[in-house]
Amino acid sequence: MENLYDLLTEDVRFEEGLKACMNCGVCTAICPAAEFYNYDPRKIVDLVQSRDNDEIIKLLKADSIWYCGECMSCKTRCPRGNTPGFVIMALRTLSQKLGYFVESEKGRQQLAIKRTVGENIFKYGYCAATYAVNPTLHPEQGPIWEYILDNSDDVFERLGGQLNGIGTGPLRKIPQEALDELKKIFDVTGGTEFFNTIEEHSKRKALEMGIEFSKGTEDEYFIEVYTTNNGNHTINDTHTEQDE
Amino acid sequence: MNKEGKKKIWSDYQKEIADDHFFYVRSCIRQSFFPGSEQFFLNLMRNVLKKDVYENPAHTTCTGIGYHSDIVPSATIMTVIARHFALMKEAGYKNIAISCVTSFGLYTEILETWKHFPSELAKTREYLYKATGREFDIPENLAHTSDIIYKFRDEIAARAKVLLVNKETGEPLNIVEHIGCHYAKMFPKSGIGGAEFPHVLSGMIDAWGGKVIDYPERRHCCGFGFRQYLVQANRGYSVANTAKKFSSMKPFKPDLVLTNCPGCSMFMDRWQYTIKEMEGLTYGVNGESVPVLTYEELAGLVLGFNPWDLGIQYHMVQSEPLLRKLGIEFDPGDKFKTKDGHQMPLPQNLINV
Repeated sequence: MENLYDLLTEDVRFEEGLKACMNCGVCTAICPAAEFYNYDPRKIVDLVQSRDNDEIIKLLKADSIWYCGECMSCKTRCPRGNTPGFVIMALRTLSQKLGYFVESEKGRQQLAIKRTVGENIFKYGYCAATYAVNPTLHPEQGPIWEYILDNSDDVFERLGGQLNGIGTGPLRKIPQEALDELKKIFDVTGGTEFFNTIEEHSKRKALEMGIEFSKGTEDEYFIEVYTTNNGNHTINDTHTEQDE
Repeated sequence: MNKEGKKKIWSDYQKEIADDHFFYVRSCIRQSFFPGSEQFFLNLMRNVLKKDVYENPAHTTCTGIGYHSDIVPSATIMTVIARHFALMKEAGYKNIAISCVTSFGLYTEILETWKHFPSELAKTREYLYKATGREFDIPENLAHTSDIIYKFRDEIAARAKVLLVNKETGEPLNIVEHIGCHYAKMFPKSGIGGAEFPHVLSGMIDAWGGKVIDYPERRHCCGFGFRQYLVQANRGYSVANTAKKFSSMKPFKPDLVLTNCPGCSMFMDRWQYTIKEMEGLTYGVNGESVPVLTYEELAGLVLGFNPWDLGIQYHMVQSEPLLRKLGIEFDPGDKFKTKDGHQMPLPQNLINV
């Protein structure tokens, strides 16, 4: 088996993010995720710096590495110049490369993000765009959102937008040549391969779970990973993974 | 007191912001949710302040939301951003103006990464050339668009039609400023005032006559959390963090929340609606919700622009209580009209109506 700590050190974010942790716990004190989830960045960083391969595998398969919101408040406060958020990002990347992410409920959600934000990048040249924020998936957007979608041409025209238009302006149509360049960048830098890895491992997991897997945002596996919450994640839940 | 010493210390918290000739890059969220804000910025810069701001329609997302939700590898985002630098170089610009705090944080992170790991810079140059045939230079000056409005805050104050003062009482309005985590928490030197004394928004509020509210959770995250919002099953994290901030600011009777980051602006607006629906809670005075404005929207109001041309009616929390306090005259009949004056349908169930 490969040494996972060595693999992590290949990620510059890991090299920047973990020098030596003295376990003071300031990162946990400042962390918005630690207030909500049963999550303790100090424990994760300490476990990683132990270099225990078996423990790092468990971590790569666990929900806990997916609780961070990447606000990076920890970077400001660590007295030793570590960034637990960067350590988390390196762990998440490795978990996906090795296919371990599908072993946790929170990790499996990566497919939903790839199918929404990821595919928006290729289709539109934007991570998010007005027409790609579906009110069914986003009820918190409230009635103004359905209104804007129903009247988007008029709304954008009054505000100086360029909705799907040619030229400059908010939500202009990104020229095809620019979309082609973006796709080539993904191809050359490993971004496309990374998307494919997320799909492949998710398909394998869907088969194992006996859930229908196809494309888009309406197959059973997408809906499962997008909506499932087993209720064992937050500080108010009685049983949590990190207690084990 | 040794004021010279204090000035010297404060100088460490300043950043250099270019004066003119900007290459402008848009924000996925700001242009989708606040298109009027981006257009007001350009209008202000070009037509009021007479500055040169160039936009190339071929610039794309920086992929930052994908990067911070861990589906976009670091080599990919570095190369996408390098392509933006290449477009800038090709157009002859050296100063970049960024409309999004997530993007701004990433541009800063990537420039720092290239400094510490020159091999990453070399690799990025190679990737970009291989994918597009383009080459790039490192920008001479990197600013968030709020930095630029901050720089010109006194010029805006000199042209103000409205100050941030309650017209009836004569008291300054109580304004919460929220600068967004990725503006200066990651790389404090990239933000005005650093991580400890962020001044980008409070400087605008001071210059335009308002009162900045200090409250316990002033620097707490808005709750976005990237994957914690993007996936429906995780949104409890997002709304809980927003609720924490609003509960903390409520005793200080905020009249307005002013935001730096378009994501924060959207979440602090939408989650107020959600919390009201779920729990019946509101956080403003008199049982109202607190209007949340972008710095462009606020600058537009200060300069006397028609609020409905700025797009503040397309928030969930409506701003009429704020407009009345400011003494801004507005035409309710113009609120939901098209550019050429035709009446649109009226949206239902908005807040503060």
